[in-house]
Amino acid sequence: MYLQLAWRNIWRNPRRTTVILLAIIIGVWSMIFENALMRGITVGMIKNSIATLTGHIQIHRRGYRSDPVIENSITEPEAVIAALKRILPPGTQWAARVRVNGIASNARHSSGVTLVGIDPASEAKVSFIGDAIAGGHQLQPDDPHAIVVGEALLDKFETKIGHKLVLMSQDTNQEIASKAFRIVGTFKAEMQSTEKQFVFITRKAAQQMLKLRQGLSEVSIVLPDQQESGVASRLKAILSPNGYEVNTWKELLPFLRAYLKLLDVFVYIWSLVIFIAMGFGIVNTTLMAVFERIREFGLMKALGMKPWWIVRQVLTESFLLLIIGIIMGNILAFLTVLALSDSGIDLSALAAGAEFAGMTRVIYPIVSIKDWSIANLLVMVLGLLICIYPAAKAAKFTPIEALAYT
Amino acid sequence: MSVNAKMAWRNIWRNPRRSILTISAIAFASLLLVFMLSFQFGFYEAAINASVKIHAGHLQIQAEGYQDKKSMRLVVPDPGSMGSILANIEAVKAYTYRANAFSLVSSEKRIHGVMVTGIDPVSEAKVSTLKNLIRDGTYLTDKDDYQALVGQLLAQNLRIGPGDELTLLGQARDGSVAATVVKVQGIYRSGLDELDRSSVHIPLKTFQEVYAMGNAVHQVVAIGESLSAIPEIRASLKSRLSSLNQNNPLKVLDWEELMPGLRQAIEMDLVSGLIFYVLLIIVVGFSILNTFLMAIFERTKEFGIMKAIGTTPVRLTKLLLIESLSITIVGIIAGIILGIGITYYFQIHGIDFSGSSDLLSQFGISGRMYPKITVLSILIGPSLVLGITFLAALYPALKVRRIRPVEALTHV
Repeated sequence: MYLQLAWRNIWRNPRRTTVILLAIIIGVWSMIFENALMRGITVGMIKNSIATLTGHIQIHRRGYRSDPVIENSITEPEAVIAALKRILPPGTQWAARVRVNGIASNARHSSGVTLVGIDPASEAKVSFIGDAIAGGHQLQPDDPHAIVVGEALLDKFETKIGHKLVLMSQDTNQEIASKAFRIVGTFKAEMQSTEKQFVFITRKAAQQMLKLRQGLSEVSIVLPDQQESGVASRLKAILSPNGYEVNTWKELLPFLRAYLKLLDVFVYIWSLVIFIAMGFGIVNTTLMAVFERIREFGLMKALGMKPWWIVRQVLTESFLLLIIGIIMGNILAFLTVLALSDSGIDLSALAAGAEFAGMTRVIYPIVSIKDWSIANLLVMVLGLLICIYPAAKAAKFTPIEALAYT
Repeated sequence: MSVNAKMAWRNIWRNPRRSILTISAIAFASLLLVFMLSFQFGFYEAAINASVKIHAGHLQIQAEGYQDKKSMRLVVPDPGSMGSILANIEAVKAYTYRANAFSLVSSEKRIHGVMVTGIDPVSEAKVSTLKNLIRDGTYLTDKDDYQALVGQLLAQNLRIGPGDELTLLGQARDGSVAATVVKVQGIYRSGLDELDRSSVHIPLKTFQEVYAMGNAVHQVVAIGESLSAIPEIRASLKSRLSSLNQNNPLKVLDWEELMPGLRQAIEMDLVSGLIFYVLLIIVVGFSILNTFLMAIFERTKEFGIMKAIGTTPVRLTKLLLIESLSITIVGIIAGIILGIGITYYFQIHGIDFSGSSDLLSQFGISGRMYPKITVLSILIGPSLVLGITFLAALYPALKVRRIRPVEALTHV
């Protein structure tokens, strides 16, 4: 009966109801949409970082991460590979690399780079390099003289595809190993710094040049789902005692984790701010609606309705308004997100700034279940809470006072 | 007070509860925006100052193209004359010379490719914070020759400390091999990983000798009295440089051009902040529209009577706009005062962000952030609020003109 009464009450003055609904809809919409934007930014950052040679999980010889030199490589990869084959769930992709700091130079320029020796086929399924080739062609597994560099590096070195590039680094005998490669292709990356930092050669060429034999620097794993912590702990159990280190991307990218934490806090604070802005409107309108109906409440009380029933009545009405507003706000938010899901929001105009902040050039808003339920719950619970004030006001009118009120 | 204003003022306080709630909503939005914008501006200035002081300086004079290519051959051939020009510009606080070369540095155990920078120890200390960043060992003096300062991460990677020897191997300006041995005198930590991982500083005289630079340098770095003085310095530098009429053109770059990433990061932060603020203000606007509309519905009868006794529609609109604007202005003033109070508190005491120091060190800022109250940060937010509330008030104020006395009088 309450529900029916409340339903009829809110449509007794459709104009007022529309106005309240508008405030709730706009509030809910902006909350969900803004959270989706923030989420989109972080998911883009995570994806980008994972694709930039990080992967979900990495395995190194202990010590490599703080001191990435040739002595800290995995000298007997068989044991690691056997463990991988046993533990990794089906659908997992992994790639083994040689990765050391080196110096690239040609006749005019030289610069510090990270030299990465890869298996083109398995690497393509793990990191961005698989489909980032912009000019020339991808590395062929049997071409020991080929090198792929970033577009930005090509520019900086004033060279082009087909020309020579000399790489230098320290080999396992502590001598300087140096070898000339021919640029066969260039890659494009989300960030210019990536293009300048990494040069790719085949794993065999790298192992030969650095006298590593079968040795590796790291194994990078991409899981079919995001359940990296379980797999990582199983790998740790086997590999840690043997002097290997297993890390998830969260440990590998502490900067990113700090950023995610900060954004998380910001999302909730901002949702609350939006709610407060919206709450003033809701309270004000409900309060006015209550005052408009003083006579009605007085009459009900004179007829024997208890104050608590009146509170319940007003709250039921607010509840109905909130529900309708939330549903419509959700629909509007989803439509907005859907409309942007194809094209995204393009930040190319501010690409260097985006890169500085570690963001991707295009942001795709993403609605996460957590954010979504928090936004809706927040509006619902706090919305009802603040409506207690007008409801209590309505319950406090004495019949005499109310009936005399004009 | 005119009759209109008097009526409006009395109307506002006829229902004090409603007016106070509306004023609070407006004050809340203004307060929040004042604080947020002051916070952002404080952060930007801290980030700019930190980056400028660690390395780039406010302004640099370089050969055309050096900024992009960092090529050895693109030099400033006569730094002394640049120096005398800079010394004559009043707003320039200090200047120094630098020269850079990519080289291999090797310790006993390790080899790394780094940027070797020649600095003048005395004037460098006035321009950058390098001297204060020394964590181990000591800074260079002008008597030092084959001594070096090394970034902390690089020192770690090379496994060296003060007193150890480093071999530098690179290409000199004339294409010959440049090689020398230097002794590590100090280790610095700036917080910018890029700098700490890949730079070595040696005295400029030594650099010029080893790398066959003659008297030439690559960068003349200057800082001004303040950030706002930069455009002026830049303009007067430019005009004096062009009057020199040299055959190889020199270029003046300010901090925005030296660190385009920083400038764009600031722009992006500002733009994304504005998106959030505008959405907030729209929500506030609807809240207020709500109240204004309701107030008018409630007073239909009153307006009917006013019209019946001869009030013109224009006057009704005016009356309502005065009412809503007064509410808005009271709210905004309250918001600004509270906002300044709260912001000022944090401007003195700072806000602890040590949980995010990983993030902030990227911008060269340590764990505390200080908002900064400026005229802009006080005015931008509240004027946006004023604009939106005015729009929100316009609709009901115009709607009221269409009220017909006869219908309105029967309205309950």
